[in-house]
Amino acid sequence: MALLSNAAVLLGKELRTEFRSRELLTTTTVFVLIVIVLFSFTFDPTSAESRRFGAGLLWLAFLFAASLMLQPCFLREQTSDTLSALRLSVSDPFAIFLAKLVANTLFLLLTELLLLPVFAVMYNVPVLPMLHWLILVFFLGSLGVSIAGTALSAISAQARMRELLLPLLLLPLLTPILVASTEVTAALFDRSPYVQWKGVGFLAVFDVAFLTILWLLGEYLLEE
Amino acid sequence: MTPTRFSPTGIRFENIDKRYGGLYALRRVSLEISAGECVVFAGRNGSGKTTLLRIAAQLARPSSGTVSFLNGSGERGGTLPPAGFVAHATMVYDELTAEENLLLFSRLQGIAEPAARAETLLREVGLEERRNSLVRTFSRGMRQRVAIARALLNEPAVVLLDEPTTGLDPQGASWFAQTVRHLRDSGRTILMSLHGESEVSTLATRAIRLDAGSVVADTRTGANFRSILAFANA
Repeated sequence: MALLSNAAVLLGKELRTEFRSRELLTTTTVFVLIVIVLFSFTFDPTSAESRRFGAGLLWLAFLFAASLMLQPCFLREQTSDTLSALRLSVSDPFAIFLAKLVANTLFLLLTELLLLPVFAVMYNVPVLPMLHWLILVFFLGSLGVSIAGTALSAISAQARMRELLLPLLLLPLLTPILVASTEVTAALFDRSPYVQWKGVGFLAVFDVAFLTILWLLGEYLLEE
Repeated sequence: MTPTRFSPTGIRFENIDKRYGGLYALRRVSLEISAGECVVFAGRNGSGKTTLLRIAAQLARPSSGTVSFLNGSGERGGTLPPAGFVAHATMVYDELTAEENLLLFSRLQGIAEPAARAETLLREVGLEERRNSLVRTFSRGMRQRVAIARALLNEPAVVLLDEPTTGLDPQGASWFAQTVRHLRDSGRTILMSLHGESEVSTLATRAIRLDAGSVVADTRTGANFRSILAFANA
């Protein structure tokens, strides 16, 4: 219970500081918006092309947005050494990870949902009929990205070449989840949309597996 | 300061080594700090003062050796509730107000009536009127006051101060010395490393000098005590 109550308190802090500064949400939303608009004007895809390539484009944009969002996750705890204060205060260090990964998932999901209508209009892909399934895929994909990214952010924050290290570690680790997310999203964008359950199952298993690893090893990631 | 509710606690370091790769930050450090002592650690940069304090705070794990906590009669007393740790970095959030910071950390520590505790501490550190201001709008001295309040939230028996007055103006340093005096007089065990503060170091009841991760002098009285303190103030 202490774990969940600590995580809830820390999640409140993450949301409060972000909505006060709006650093991450603004940066990532603008970034994804630029990618979507730029590709739309450059390639001027037909509806059929958008259905084929749109999912890949979306997840690529989400990936870069996520790496922008995840970089400062632990880095900004170092400015005033607040991470030490958190470690002294929580009974289970996993609470720190839990709060950060839930916050990252929410921020990423919010960015994705804000930009989905823009994508739908610019690429002429109807998203409303499958919206609930898209939200599920976005959630599972974003959760996987956040779990792995939060763990790697903790590791890279202590390293010397921290700005370089996170993307270097993140991209190979996230390849399976990006492939699965893209395939499931592409199936939902199809002219006859369908839910690719195999991909959804893979995303869920990836999330559970990485969450378990983080729970087991999280304490060591924060050690000096 | 509010009436104390902690049990007197000492610390025993036994054969502590701390290595970062092949580099020794601490080498076979054995010390026993009795409950209620006010110890100042002196030494050059890189002598191991900060590492020793972070090990005492359980923020760093020794590579070998043990740290144990002693009750008032000097017997091993199990685990220690989090020590109050104040460092040069304030360890509070700039994007939160002074009150929000204290509420956050008191909720994390499971303190009963966090709002009342935060209010009491804000009054004690003289920030009652700025409680709703963001910490990033504070001066260095005011930030350090919030840091002290955060460190005292759970009424710790042991207070660890790692060069806490660096960057404070004389008025701030004087206020800080007064606060440390209150903490010492209330019976808390205080371990501090200092860098150039005379007023705070005069409160010490014991001085320990570290060099290259080892204890090279440890004294409570006499000329050596003064020379170690003088080194701390150099």
